Amino acid sequence: MSEPFISLSEVRKVFKSKKEDFLAVSEVTFDVNVGELVSIVGPSGCGKTTILKILAGLFPYDGGTVKIGNETTPFDQSKDIGMVFQQPLLLKWRKILDNVLLPAEILGLPHKESVERAHYLLDMVGLHGFEDNYPDELSGGMQQRTSIARALIHNPKLILMDEPFGALDALTREKMNLELLRIWEESKKTILFVTHGIQEAVFLGSRVIVLTSGPARMADNLSIDLPYPRELDMKTHENFGAYTRHLYKHLGLN
Amino acid sequence: MTDFSKQIRRYTLIILVHLGVVVFWHLSVVISDIPDYVMPTPVATFLSLQSDYGWWHNTLITGYEVFGGYALAIVVGVTLALICSWFKILETLLMPLMVSLNMIPKVALGPLFIVWFSYGVDSNILIAFSICFLPILLTMERGLKEIDPDLIDLVRVLNASRWQVFTKIQLPGALPYLFSGMKVAVVLAVAGAIVGEFIASEEGLGYLMMQVQVTMETSAMFMAVLLITLIGVVLYGIVLLLENLVVGRTNQVIRN
Repeated sequence: MSEPFISLSEVRKVFKSKKEDFLAVSEVTFDVNVGELVSIVGPSGCGKTTILKILAGLFPYDGGTVKIGNETTPFDQSKDIGMVFQQPLLLKWRKILDNVLLPAEILGLPHKESVERAHYLLDMVGLHGFEDNYPDELSGGMQQRTSIARALIHNPKLILMDEPFGALDALTREKMNLELLRIWEESKKTILFVTHGIQEAVFLGSRVIVLTSGPARMADNLSIDLPYPRELDMKTHENFGAYTRHLYKHLGLN
Repeated sequence: MTDFSKQIRRYTLIILVHLGVVVFWHLSVVISDIPDYVMPTPVATFLSLQSDYGWWHNTLITGYEVFGGYALAIVVGVTLALICSWFKILETLLMPLMVSLNMIPKVALGPLFIVWFSYGVDSNILIAFSICFLPILLTMERGLKEIDPDLIDLVRVLNASRWQVFTKIQLPGALPYLFSGMKVAVVLAVAGAIVGEFIASEEGLGYLMMQVQVTMETSAMFMAVLLITLIGVVLYGIVLLLENLVVGRTNQVIRN
């Protein structure tokens, strides 16, 4: 077994304010291997987003170590992260194709190749033919798929997703879960998927990291032994039920 | 085709309403027999163009002051708003002050400007600038604030430079706000330039008005007002055109 791709060890994050310091993340420790899809689940406001932002280099942290990249898979902080937020965050004055191209422009990647890749990615997320539309002409699910294509345009090694399907209706969400699994298998990226949906976390992840609320502390690091490719049928499987029950218990919901 | 004929109808109506006002003006002056020096007819007003008042030169001077002050206000307003968005401490310190400054009747500063910078085209540009720069600064600042911070994080992850964040996210995002401020500022810029000319100057349409007031040539005064208005209309038209070109689609989305 080679070195893990991401390694967090006893990471702490304190938000300082005049009144009092707020401990947002406390002693979070977990590893993620190259090509893994790991779910992070926990109650709202428990610091899941903070962990993603620390990994993205947007926040400094106050203790512990964060290491991304190993010998076989080196990591460049500015080029190897793709982010997907809860909101699609598309630029409404840009067409879909140009929205997908944004990271490539920022990084100064060659234009012609980037456009080709953008077309390929839009095909992959099922948006062929919408290249010249504006974001407001697309449904919420389609907008979120655009933002997934945008997160992949610069071919990053790590995709950080922060409740990407939280704002979608239940049916679209199920559909997007399947799409994400397909995209993950096709692109072979390492994905960290933050959610507060326990079923979603189990259905997607090869592992589920459970955090308890404020400050975020590790409650569990659960391997999900369900084979890929996963199908909706699995949700009725006995093991699936066992995993979700286990997680509900952790989060005090039994 | 229907869209096109709708446009034609709209513009025909606009022109007809304007012409209607001119006709009404003419008829009411002729019928009520008001003396020419109180209220000239439109015909007399246009005929005053024949008198040698240096119309062309004076219009150009006033136009130059208006456009100059306006352009300066945009550059300074946008730059200052941007700097404030980078350094929050500056925003905290400066913005309340700017709101207070906005309350000063800038027209009242005219005489001071003349004392500080002497009279002439340059001081009039400064007066026009001072009167129209705050609405531009304040709307731009507001527009920059409305941008979702996650959107900035999205490109910050990629190590985007400040300039990239500005040109790709902040400026296009704030443009609809900026344009609304720019439209308000047009009227103010024109007023600023004219006030400067009223107080002290040797050229420009405001100066011309003060000259012909002495000789009671009301028709020339009317003509000067018309030309001043025309300068404002041209500037406003340019801003509208730019707005349509640059953010026409975004505004449509907001309206829908």
